[in-house]
Amino acid sequence: MANSAIDVPPRGGFSFDLCRRNEMLTKKGVNPPSFRKTGTTIVGLIFQDGVILGADTRATEGPIVCDKNCEKIHYMAPNIYCCGAGTAADTEAVTDMVSSQLQLHRYHTGRESRVVTALTLLKKHLFNYQGYVQAALVLGGVDCTGPHLHTIYPHGSTDTLPFATMGSGSLAAMAIFESKYKEGLTRDEGIQLVVEAICSGIFNDLGSGSNVDVCVITKGHKEYLRNHLLPNPRTFVSSKGYSFAKKTEVLLTKITPLKEKVEVIEGGDAMEE
Amino acid sequence: MSISEYNGSALVAMVGKNCFAIASDRRLGVQLQTIATDFQRIYKIHDRLLVGLAGLATDAQTLYQRLVFRHKLYQLREERDMKPETFASLVSALLYEKRFGPYFCQPVIAGLSDEDKPFICTMDSIGAKELAKDFVVAGTASESLYGACEAMFKPDMEPEELFETVSQALLASVDRDCLSGWGGHVYIVTPTEIKERILKGRMD
Repeated sequence: MANSAIDVPPRGGFSFDLCRRNEMLTKKGVNPPSFRKTGTTIVGLIFQDGVILGADTRATEGPIVCDKNCEKIHYMAPNIYCCGAGTAADTEAVTDMVSSQLQLHRYHTGRESRVVTALTLLKKHLFNYQGYVQAALVLGGVDCTGPHLHTIYPHGSTDTLPFATMGSGSLAAMAIFESKYKEGLTRDEGIQLVVEAICSGIFNDLGSGSNVDVCVITKGHKEYLRNHLLPNPRTFVSSKGYSFAKKTEVLLTKITPLKEKVEVIEGGDAMEE
Repeated sequence: MSISEYNGSALVAMVGKNCFAIASDRRLGVQLQTIATDFQRIYKIHDRLLVGLAGLATDAQTLYQRLVFRHKLYQLREERDMKPETFASLVSALLYEKRFGPYFCQPVIAGLSDEDKPFICTMDSIGAKELAKDFVVAGTASESLYGACEAMFKPDMEPEELFETVSQALLASVDRDCLSGWGGHVYIVTPTEIKERILKGRMD
């Protein structure tokens, strides 16, 4: 039973089973569906005692906004976080995968993860897939060698910068950074600048929108400020809600009662012999 | 034409107070020709967990078989049902495995946790999870469903009101989509029962 025919769960890597069929469909003129993207503004900067990451919260599928408040700052390690732009599934999968590799590495070594380790794992994976894994990342963290900020492109190239932006709103955000960034910012100034850069993306880039998420990482401490700023609250909800003039016509109703959960007491009075 | 428009579908799930609703249309078509008008798009994984699969019907059914298979293996190994969150991760992993040759299928997952907390979630065809607090939609009618749900949804609805809202949103939306319709299937799941209803809709 070395290679069994049924697909038993623990396997890794991609499966290319359906590629032939899907290619045939494409040749016949039926298009594959579009994937969910995070047409995004993500930024990061180094301030006097650590790193600040920021992101907007809009996810799009073509021109449709499919999530108004998604999370783009992903957990990598307790001292490392990573912002993701590009195809949503890829950024999610790649960061999850590397974060579990880092966790295993920490169990093995008993030391805090380093940002370069995460960087190397990420770029290795992305380079292997020649840019087909569409993830553009801003990786930031503080380890025993100090604060680090990197950008990673889908093809696997990386930059090491004091301030960085990525995603479709990167130009808008970089404009803010280029004009206002200086070395040795305080925590509040840093957050203020990150928020301003993200807002610039939210309001000037159509792929970015909704709220601002911020993550502040300092030596031995991190603060994830989910929805730090809500510049676009809903304005169109009626307080009374919507009432329906006519009830929907029901053809058939089937009600299945659910079984109640029975607590089994382990080692209670055993059945008599 | 996009392949996810081949059969046509409309799916929506909404959260209420300690309950949830998941609804779909009933049409199975081949482009503009209708094949069946009583098609099941929503499947039961266990008593408190339902999954709807929009998109290409052949892939939906294959994927459903694999999901049931994996859930049964889990039940045998763990001697319990999967939590909705766990199941969502499983679906996501199965879909992402086929990242470069995907199933043309957009799942909607809705379940009640052990603490009776509702959970809803949708994904694209390669498993990018979208966890929402209010409602999720999928299928060819998704654009109009977004609009309808956005206007009609209220937080903390009781089961009956939730049913009415979901049904109205679904029927209003499929009337603006030629590829889906022919009434609807609505499931309302509360901690004590599953209420399954078939809706009357336009037949054109």
